[in-house]
Amino acid sequence: MKTKSIFSSRNLPMYVTICLFFLMFGLGAVSFKGFFSLQNFLNLFIDNAYLIIIGVGMTFVIISGGIDLSVGSVLALSTMLASSLLEKSHMDPILVIPIVLLVGISLGLFMGFLIQKFDLPPFIITLAGLYLARGLCYVISLDTIGITNAFWQKAAQSQINIGDSFISPSVVIALVVFFGGIFISRNTKFGRTVFAIGGNEQSALLMGLPVARTKIWLYGFSGFCSSLAGIVFTFYTQSGYALNGKGMEMDAIAAVVIGGTLLTGGVGSMVGTLFGVFIFGTIQLLIAFQGTLNSWWTRIAIGFLVFVFCFLQRVFETRKVAKEAPEPSAKAGAKAAEA
Amino acid sequence: MAWWKSLTRKKIFWPLIALGVLMLFNLFFTPNFFRFEIKEGHLYGNVIDILKNGAPIMLLAVGLTLVIATKGIDISVGSIVAISAGVVAMLIGGDLHGVPKYPIPYAMAAALVVSVMCGMWNGMLVARIGMQPVIATLILLVAGRGIAMVTTNAMIVWLYAKPFALLGQGYLLGLPFSIFIVAGLVLMTVIITRRTALGLFIESVGINPTAARFTGINAKNLIFWVYTFCGFCAGVSGLVVCSTVMSADGNNAGVGYEMDAILAVVLGGTSMNGGKFYLVGSMVGALIVQTLTTTIYAFGVPPEIAQVVKALVVWIVSLLQSKTFRSMFLGMFGKKELSV
Repeated sequence: MKTKSIFSSRNLPMYVTICLFFLMFGLGAVSFKGFFSLQNFLNLFIDNAYLIIIGVGMTFVIISGGIDLSVGSVLALSTMLASSLLEKSHMDPILVIPIVLLVGISLGLFMGFLIQKFDLPPFIITLAGLYLARGLCYVISLDTIGITNAFWQKAAQSQINIGDSFISPSVVIALVVFFGGIFISRNTKFGRTVFAIGGNEQSALLMGLPVARTKIWLYGFSGFCSSLAGIVFTFYTQSGYALNGKGMEMDAIAAVVIGGTLLTGGVGSMVGTLFGVFIFGTIQLLIAFQGTLNSWWTRIAIGFLVFVFCFLQRVFETRKVAKEAPEPSAKAGAKAAEA
Repeated sequence: MAWWKSLTRKKIFWPLIALGVLMLFNLFFTPNFFRFEIKEGHLYGNVIDILKNGAPIMLLAVGLTLVIATKGIDISVGSIVAISAGVVAMLIGGDLHGVPKYPIPYAMAAALVVSVMCGMWNGMLVARIGMQPVIATLILLVAGRGIAMVTTNAMIVWLYAKPFALLGQGYLLGLPFSIFIVAGLVLMTVIITRRTALGLFIESVGINPTAARFTGINAKNLIFWVYTFCGFCAGVSGLVVCSTVMSADGNNAGVGYEMDAILAVVLGGTSMNGGKFYLVGSMVGALIVQTLTTTIYAFGVPPEIAQVVKALVVWIVSLLQSKTFRSMFLGMFGKKELSV
């Protein structure tokens, strides 16, 4: 799926996104005093570290042509699990972190197994996963659990200085996941298989690629990202709460879609997703700086942006497909036609 | 055994069996489950409660059955419920003496119009723009909650206008009034889809959209109107929900309803892969979901945790509908044909 030039039309949505981000950030800088500063830019990383991590996993899933609706709930489950293990069982952080990650990965792998092995629609399985994980949060506790663990507080309070500004350790984790994601998507067999599955699963199968294994691990990876994001989220909030990350699946999907990843699969990039997260963060910043608007407008704005970008995707796609096939309606239909 | 075979082959058979088993379980393990009381000429009891509390899900399931039959999905129904409840509550207003701001029928009509517009939005995205149904309705699932919160100014609106309570709390002929709304909607839908060719059109679009188009069915139009109808059903459901609790909570009204409604449709025998649909089956499915919920509550489990059980049921039912799983399962028993 590599293209000859980085300025090919395939990357166009990503450039639109990057321009849109600078435009919106510029708009904020012009409208509000104190908006334009390095710290405010770095705050985009600090406040959205968890979303970057989830976005990386979601990008892989969407590139493969699937979807994972359970990310927000798995994040919440991880915050609950981490805080309850730390505070109620008084476990050591060295044990807590692997346990939380393992739970996330297993849940993801299990959903991937159901999706792949029994050929079930990803959204219904992960939608059930959404409710399962959310329900398990309440099994752990119906109330918020505050975290007083020393390691966690250190992770929350320590700052890494960049000039006069600073970033948090969470940002470092997010960046490691982000660059890891780029590496996996470009330089590993797993990454290339994901692109191939998204392009045409039948062809990928005929090429002898390990489609089944890759698809199952995809959801496992997404589960890993979600639970890691959950840990980062607890660094941020210092507590576990069952309602954390409600609707976050939309935020993550929005970031991925705005970043130019095609919902039909096969095309996408991590860099685009990063900028998608930035746009999401900038909308929140703009609404916070504006001051009078209800924070629920963020949701509406994000919904609207997703609509615009999906619409653009369809326009590009229809133009391209118009030459090849007459029926570009549903993805399943197109796939069946190809097969 | 011929009668047995023809009986088990009926799609409605298995959902009814499941409902029966659940009821039987309750007969033995939940005290007073089947006790009826007559107070002030109204029937009371657990079974009546199931009918009453299940009404919103049943209403949603009517619209969703048709959507799923076209091989689509609408996960925004819960948010439309919240929007509809928000609109009607804001228009009636929280006057403490129960004096509505606008006449109640107008407020209800306005809420339904807004819901139908939500449905049209979904239909436009799916049918005209050609987005995947999950993503298209995910937009409204999330943005819709925002719209509901903005409509109600992020507050819970309490209503005191007595006549409005009829929808969700009232009784007619000793039975909950909401049951008659459900019955009316189902009857209307069954007549429209089964007495005309419409139902056949919907099924054929679900089975093979391309073939349907070649036979001259305007698939895009059909899908658009099916989503619109689903929005309408969600709007009615929102009215009932709002009237039952006499309040509108943009944040919590209708949360997770899409899950219950999808579960109801799938339990009722309509496949997630589209095609043949069973409206009455969906109603039985909704009753199963509600009985399950009531049973879980009867054991003192908090509502939040009940989601776990429902999620597991969705996975199991999805598995049962999967061809691979069936053949694997049958392989274990050495049978060749399955009647489900």
